[in-house]
Amino acid sequence: MADLRDIYQEVILEHAKSPRNYRAIETQSKAEGYNPLCGDRCTVYVAMDGDKIQDVTFQGSGCAISRASASMMTQSMKGKTASEAEELFQSFHRMVTGQENNGEHKDMGRLEAFAGVSEFPARVKCATLAWHTLEAALHGDQKPVTTE
Amino acid sequence: MSAPVATPHREDQAVAGIGFDVEKVRADFPVLHERVHGRQLVYLDNAATSQKPNAVIDAIVHYYRHDNANIHRGVHLLSQRATEDYERARSLVQSFIHAREAREIIFVRGATEGINLVVQTYGRQHIGAGDEVLITAMEHHSNIVPWQILCEEKGAKLRIAPINEQGELRIDELEKLIGPRTKIVSISHVSNALGTINPVKQIVRMAHAHNARVLVDGAQAAPHMAVDVQDLDCDFYAFSGHKMYGPTGIGVLYGKAALLEEMPPYQGGGDMISSVTFEKTIYNKIPHKFEAGTPDIAGVIGLGAAITYMNGLGIEAIGAHEHDLLTYATEKIGAIPGLQLIGTAKEKAGVLSFVMEGIHPHDIGTILDQEGIAVRTGHHCAQPIMELFGIPATARASFAAYNTTEEIDALASGIERVKEILG
Repeated sequence: MADLRDIYQEVILEHAKSPRNYRAIETQSKAEGYNPLCGDRCTVYVAMDGDKIQDVTFQGSGCAISRASASMMTQSMKGKTASEAEELFQSFHRMVTGQENNGEHKDMGRLEAFAGVSEFPARVKCATLAWHTLEAALHGDQKPVTTE
Repeated sequence: MSAPVATPHREDQAVAGIGFDVEKVRADFPVLHERVHGRQLVYLDNAATSQKPNAVIDAIVHYYRHDNANIHRGVHLLSQRATEDYERARSLVQSFIHAREAREIIFVRGATEGINLVVQTYGRQHIGAGDEVLITAMEHHSNIVPWQILCEEKGAKLRIAPINEQGELRIDELEKLIGPRTKIVSISHVSNALGTINPVKQIVRMAHAHNARVLVDGAQAAPHMAVDVQDLDCDFYAFSGHKMYGPTGIGVLYGKAALLEEMPPYQGGGDMISSVTFEKTIYNKIPHKFEAGTPDIAGVIGLGAAITYMNGLGIEAIGAHEHDLLTYATEKIGAIPGLQLIGTAKEKAGVLSFVMEGIHPHDIGTILDQEGIAVRTGHHCAQPIMELFGIPATARASFAAYNTTEEIDALASGIERVKEILG
């Protein structure tokens, strides 16, 4: 049976309360994300340095899962290329949707705190909102992203 | 915010609605005995959909097992039985909402389709460029979007009557918004997100004084209070079966016969015609003109069974029981520190919407679910209300005939658990 501590881990609660990189930056690469189911919104800003991500920040309103996920995502992205970022998103997505083989997933460091989300299918969209939005920012999509 | 004092569980409140045997009612609903996440289900999401009693489930099963046939066309026995049951349900609906005639009852998929039917028939026929449609700030999306589509198509204007901080309609402002260009006033009888009961009869009088027609979205009213469409004098009244112990996929549109007769059909097909040639089709009489194709016969029969079930409990008794629950819950849940009730109208049905300081409703919903408690979290298809209150969403507990004060106590404990984990 799913346990609440699987989803509301200390590190998640801590990031939800004090999200990192919670600010806007001047950049052409930004995108808006929206989860119509629960009203969560976020804007993700990306600053590139050549082909590497120099900085990722976000702003918005949402539940603990979406805030923590956005916060920890911004930390994990610095220094990555767009394709490395995409790869990390795919791994993260497989983890929170429970699609790994035998529960094995490649080492994702602190992001593994979100593995428990797979036990709560209604919350997967909360955990992935910022990631979808980052992807849109990297691709330069103008239309707001929705999780529906 | 009230003082942070836990409300003692009082015996006189525990026996809410004297003479109303809630345990007997609960025994009629098999799903209430489900366990979720290893706990007894506490179902407080009735404004989304209610549970179904055995009487409804059995009526649907009985129809499919013994009477299944198409209606209004066969000479054989099963078709006659199915037709009789279908039309008997129409009469039950007629009495339930006190319509003058059974032919004023049109079966649709739900309140949403009922509203869309009026928009696409009466609305398209009567609303032109520069005309106005008046709705309120507390409408469900189903009573906003169909009108927006029509107004855009016709160059008409959608006007919005405001609400106050308690979530009550500002009736003086509404009256000012009704003018010579107002063709339709479309209002909810009870707000799904706030629980506010609107003074429909008064609004109908105001609208009729300007020759505007009134459509009432009764989706949240029909399950909880006696509805008398003749007394309200509304022109149209729409509601859904699944929120009043009936099946999903079936609902009702009431319309005054004189209006329905003048309206063009909504959909073309079988059953809605009296004769068809390639040159000309003559439409059937009401209500059949608006019921093209084979309808949801089992759904109609299920809805009839739901009304019979509600009549057995007594709609006044159901309403009184739910009102007792609301009073108890407002006191108990409203007293929780850091919790704010959204929607505190004087006249309210059994809906308790709330937000908690620093905790998102979605997290509240997940934690309560683990405690076996089903509530709705989100914008409740009423995003303009959320915007008005400056919140992204609320958590909403909503009550039905089978809910108990013990379940509200469980909700209160669940909210304490939310604070423990996320506070």
